[in-house]
Amino acid sequence: MGGKTLKKLTTTLAGSLIVFAASMGAAQADKLTFYCSAQEDWCQLMARSFEDATGIDVNMTRKSSGETFAQIRAESSNPKGDVWWGGTGDPHLQAAEEGLTMEYVSPMRDQLHDWAISQAESAGNKTIGIYSGALGYGYNSDLLAANNLPEPACWKDLLKPEYKGHVQMANPNSSGTAYTTLASMVQIFGEDEGFEFMKGLHANINQYTKSGSAPIKAAGRGENTIGIVFMHDAVKQAVSGFPVKVVAPCEGTGYEIGSMSIIEGARNEEEAKKFYDWALSAEAQNLALEVNAFQVPSNKGAQTSESAPDMSQIKLIDYDFKKYGSSDERKRLLQKWDEDVSVLPQ
Amino acid sequence: MIFWIIIGWVGYCLLPWYMVEGGLWSFEWLFSGYPFDEDFAPALFLTAQGEKLWLVPLLIPLALPLLVLGKPKSDPIYAKILILAGALGFGWLIAQGFGIGIRGFNFDWLKALFGEPKIRQFGMGYGAMLCASAFLFLLTQGIAARGAVNGDVFVVSAIGGVITIVTAFVFFPIANMLFSAFVTEKGAYSVFVFASKFFDDRLWGLGCFWGAKCGAAWNSLFLAILVGLITTVLGLCFALVVTRSGFRFKRGMRALTVLPIITPPFVIGLALILLFGLSGSVTVFFADLFGVQPTRWLYGMPGVLIAQTLAFTPIAFLVLIGVVEGVSPSMEEAAQTLRANRWQTFRTVSLPLMRPGLANAFLLGFIESMADFGNPLVLGGNFDVLSTEIFFAIVGAQYDQGRAAVLAMVLLFFTLSAFYAQRAWLGKKSYTTVSGKGDAGVHPLMPNGLAIPVVAIATIWALFTAVVYGMIIYGSVVELWGVNNTLTFKHYVTAFSVRFEEEGIRWTGAAWDSFWTTISIAAIAAPLTAAVGLVTAYLLTRQNFAGKNAFEFGTMLSFAIPGTVIGVSYILAFNVPPIEITGTGVILVVSFIFRNMPVGVRAGIASMSQLDRSLDESSLTLGANSWQTFRRVILPLLKPAILAALVYSFVRAMTAISAVIFLVSAEYDMATSYIIGRVENNDYGLAIAYSTTLIFVMLAAVGLLQFLVGRVQIGRRTQIGAERTT
Repeated sequence: MGGKTLKKLTTTLAGSLIVFAASMGAAQADKLTFYCSAQEDWCQLMARSFEDATGIDVNMTRKSSGETFAQIRAESSNPKGDVWWGGTGDPHLQAAEEGLTMEYVSPMRDQLHDWAISQAESAGNKTIGIYSGALGYGYNSDLLAANNLPEPACWKDLLKPEYKGHVQMANPNSSGTAYTTLASMVQIFGEDEGFEFMKGLHANINQYTKSGSAPIKAAGRGENTIGIVFMHDAVKQAVSGFPVKVVAPCEGTGYEIGSMSIIEGARNEEEAKKFYDWALSAEAQNLALEVNAFQVPSNKGAQTSESAPDMSQIKLIDYDFKKYGSSDERKRLLQKWDEDVSVLPQ
Repeated sequence: MIFWIIIGWVGYCLLPWYMVEGGLWSFEWLFSGYPFDEDFAPALFLTAQGEKLWLVPLLIPLALPLLVLGKPKSDPIYAKILILAGALGFGWLIAQGFGIGIRGFNFDWLKALFGEPKIRQFGMGYGAMLCASAFLFLLTQGIAARGAVNGDVFVVSAIGGVITIVTAFVFFPIANMLFSAFVTEKGAYSVFVFASKFFDDRLWGLGCFWGAKCGAAWNSLFLAILVGLITTVLGLCFALVVTRSGFRFKRGMRALTVLPIITPPFVIGLALILLFGLSGSVTVFFADLFGVQPTRWLYGMPGVLIAQTLAFTPIAFLVLIGVVEGVSPSMEEAAQTLRANRWQTFRTVSLPLMRPGLANAFLLGFIESMADFGNPLVLGGNFDVLSTEIFFAIVGAQYDQGRAAVLAMVLLFFTLSAFYAQRAWLGKKSYTTVSGKGDAGVHPLMPNGLAIPVVAIATIWALFTAVVYGMIIYGSVVELWGVNNTLTFKHYVTAFSVRFEEEGIRWTGAAWDSFWTTISIAAIAAPLTAAVGLVTAYLLTRQNFAGKNAFEFGTMLSFAIPGTVIGVSYILAFNVPPIEITGTGVILVVSFIFRNMPVGVRAGIASMSQLDRSLDESSLTLGANSWQTFRRVILPLLKPAILAALVYSFVRAMTAISAVIFLVSAEYDMATSYIIGRVENNDYGLAIAYSTTLIFVMLAAVGLLQFLVGRVQIGRRTQIGAERTT
């Protein structure tokens, strides 16, 4: 008997709830889920400033670009994020290649540097450049002096035998920075000579770190002498008070383009587009100055920090992002590095 | 039974069937179009509107049990109907959940059969959850009515419940993840992919014998064996000093051993760098003294070994202290009466009786070392181990999830082999020395030849630990670590500043958000972990049922798998319907429960095997059912085990990192992932200040709980004594 009365009860209860619910209106605030791959304080500042500028609630998660890419891929059948801002360009290109991100042409484009737009075009408009940073290296001047070593100025200097055990770079298999290094050497010296360079470097390397910026952090703490990293990371160490000097290698160098993409299937697509346009504006890019981010902004009108490496003084190569960002070329180079370089005795 | 029928109907008719956006605790849905809005409607309203018609068949199993409401349990129809209804409902619920996903049908054969209609559904919400549990428990009641486990409804339901959640949150995600080892880049299945990834030189290379690098698998194995051995020996030394020596600073030593357990990851590694790194104070001091070049000897195997030994010795100590104390003094006295000297007694009586403890301590050290992630990351140098390789296979530039799965399998194989080797070594011998008889003897002191080196080793190691922790506190109060050593409190201020305003306290510090999230998630997870663990332990020790061994294995599985694998498998499994919980606090709580449950299970089994079965039997004879026996007799006697499980799961929830790093989201950021972000960003001061604060918070929590354990134990003993005499 209990069942039938129960059912009656539930239906009447449900009925009264309907009336109750219908009388209440629904008002939901706009919101945006923001995946950020830049440094923590920059991410926070971007999120809060966008909230202030638009009134849209921002939910920010900060993870490295590799972790974010892994997450977006894992979530691809049910995307949780809306927009992905920051981090080196390769995973963004990779995401575009796999169809994880969405095509969007922003009205802000005419304000951007050419390299930012060519980044977008090479990915079918699924990503765009927001800042760039040149590859280089930094050294701990105290340790260099303590070991009576000459100051290096070129890539080839690093091959000298006196630097044996003093150079550190990340493992290209685990770090985008190190892959950029590998691809740059191949482009500067040609593939054969580039790999000869990597082999010579291998003899001097004391450790292949996992994370891209770890070599220069170790140099800052006095645990390593020379670290091959993006120059803005080295500048940051110097500005934080560590005895680090930054070098723009004389042969020229490659660079990264920090990128931004809208995630395919975003739940808040409109808000994501608003963020995208806002993040390309000069005032949004000027926020970098407040958090000691020394990359070069992609908006022509945005200011660059005085401490930042002067891009006009650096010999930049014509880095082929489309070719070296594709997964086939990446796999081929990494495999070659694994088989020809990493197995050599040190 | 009526209860579960009601629950089932409530779930179907009243509560929103699908997951409500905005989290489990937001009740916004009550006011936005409920119950007609498609997003918030209960199943009944959905189907009445002609939506989600595949939910209609659920009405049949919901209605079926109503037929047998008045019937007695002994009626065979009663059991049959309940089993039928439960199995049908549960089965259909799962089938539709997996069959129809966010983009329509999930399987090609379904598409072939029904075409591709525009149907989709999101993750299960309250309604579906209630329905699922109703079906499950109707099923177990039916099975119990058929006479399984003496027709004991509580035991059958508990078994059914634990099996279901362990399957859902341990087996399912892990199997899902491991399958990807066989998936090619194009999504097809192939054994060759697995083989090519498995027979990789980076995994099994033996280059270190001729100057190159060894594979990660050998590195991990070798390191884990060393760490297991060293921590066991050190743990034994500490245990002997505390129980069998006249050493004066026993208490201080005991307190010191707790510290590494409550230390967030990375901190020990950073302190070691400050001491022994290339520019570390100790290295520089000795380099100056002997006029040699400082080296980077710390990076690689030596550093990882030191850090892991520091971190895991306390675990070995905690395992061994119970066993060393438990060795019956009467046996040792008997040996001495038979003219054995102290050394002979120790070697032939005490030590063999400690074998289970030694084996368990080694096993834990081995597994912890295998799964450890933080220390190899900071100190590993070019020494690759499986856990970091797995992490970078997923997040690194390779993006190779299949490789991660293969590596995870290798790791799992090692840990499980160790588990079985331990069992084989212990064999079926009896190590029981604690019996009901009075045992008032006193442990003999260690023989002098043993006491001197043991006390020396323990003292040196304790001093070393103290120095490392001194460095940590020092690191949190200097301006810039290693460069500018001016004392300052600014890191604490940045992290934990508060402002008093008219509206009350404003938490302005940068760390408060993640701090409160961590505390609340740890506080929610701890009691749940203890509960699940103890119920499981009860089933394992007190009940006999088919498949018990497989069941026990399953509960240990999540402990042996490294957190990174758990993290990724959780994202893959729980980001899509039917269970869609990524980005919520729920997934963090769930991952902590199943990561830490095995400790609750072990603690529970250990204490329950000390309780005489005659207690249960007398309770049952007096007419109590097994639920009443569990609640009134066993549970009160288990308070120490409960608190041990609580402490452990609370502390682990606050210091875990490897799984957490994948599961945190904007709203639910945890302390450890925040600390890592700071370390990455060079804010060592802030990171260490935060860690130091966490250490003190956990010390306070552990102290409080230990205080409670002491009191509860004494109070209960007398009470039980009184009850027994009356």
